[in-house]
Amino acid sequence: MAITVRVPTPLQKVTGGKGEVSAVGSTIREIFADMEKNHPGLKERIYSEDGELRRFINIYINEEDIRFLESEDSKVKDGDVISIIPAIAGGTH
Amino acid sequence: MKANQLAPHLRVPLITKFEESVLDHIGNTPLVRIANIVKKDLGNKEIQIYAKAEWTNPGGSVKARPALRMVRDGIAAGKLGRGKELIDSTSGNTGIAYALIGKIMGFKVNLVLPTNVCKQRKGMMASQYSANLILSEAIESSDGAIRLCKKIYSENPDKYFMPDQYNNPSNWMAHRDTTAKEIWEQTQGRVTHFLAGIGTSGTLMGTTRGLKGINPGVKAYAIEPAEPLHGIEGLKHMDTSIVPGIYDPTVYDEKISVKTEEAYRMVSRLEEEEGLLVGTSAGAAMVGAMKLAHTIEKGVIVIIFPDSCEECVVAHGEF
Repeated sequence: MAITVRVPTPLQKVTGGKGEVSAVGSTIREIFADMEKNHPGLKERIYSEDGELRRFINIYINEEDIRFLESEDSKVKDGDVISIIPAIAGGTH
Repeated sequence: MKANQLAPHLRVPLITKFEESVLDHIGNTPLVRIANIVKKDLGNKEIQIYAKAEWTNPGGSVKARPALRMVRDGIAAGKLGRGKELIDSTSGNTGIAYALIGKIMGFKVNLVLPTNVCKQRKGMMASQYSANLILSEAIESSDGAIRLCKKIYSENPDKYFMPDQYNNPSNWMAHRDTTAKEIWEQTQGRVTHFLAGIGTSGTLMGTTRGLKGINPGVKAYAIEPAEPLHGIEGLKHMDTSIVPGIYDPTVYDEKISVKTEEAYRMVSRLEEEEGLLVGTSAGAAMVGAMKLAHTIEKGVIVIIFPDSCEECVVAHGEF
């Protein structure tokens, strides 16, 4: 099941400059694991050293923040769009 | 009519001074000594750290200073007059300041900001101060707001005054003429090191120019997020951002990098050990000051605490 993941500009260094990539999985955790295989370095940027999603990283499935769903165990289905959105900070190109 | 003429039978005047508005209270913020953390981490080292409590400005942040200056200079230059509306991009604090100023002075304020600005800040701008909010894509962060604002302005330039805080010299001049002088006076000329985070860079550019103009020996430092992907609100990682036109890296002496998690931990320490509930960028400034303090023998370090945003800190990440 291929899911579209929207990647913010500061992370596009690890996706070869792409703002959107495809990933496979049925939960957010599986999606990120798949992304790490194809885009090494992604995980260390969005997870803290203790393995938690960094506090300022917000993950959305379509319009829903996963903190209000089942966090990284939130289910995704074909056609969903996942967005990785950092908290408001200075911008990027 | 003088106040004592209103009540000639009284020995003291009924009213000694008329305040024009809350805008007259922008600036002249307290300088707070950070004593407990310094003592705990640095022992008896001859170092003092003071923070400008900028959240005490009307509008709740350091941005009241440049916002007021940009508006006043815009009016003086004939760019903001009858029937004109203000428009600018913001990641929060400048927007709140513009909205407050517009409400008091009587012009309409349009703010372009990323969707994920926390709801408390949006509420301040729109509900309390009646600004019109135009939301840009969250994933593009504040650079997306900058681009959208320029597009809206260019489609209707006669309708708007766009201060353009990233490229307007009035932004840094506000700090040269107020913040720097206050720091010099409040430390009685003892300040040796000054640090500020860089977003538009106006605080660092202006205050540094002001302080070095008085005493060229004062060292100045830019606090920058350590990584492109970070959560220090209001700050920019310059190498990967749209660089503001007013930013000049030759103005200051050195840059100090701070990780987001370091700033978070310091926000908690400032609350627990100093009784100060400040925003993430203030935490970053304090981390930078402590990093500097470990490398010098003595000094009087002054930093800027830009805002408090209590709700955003307490429930960070949920908005």
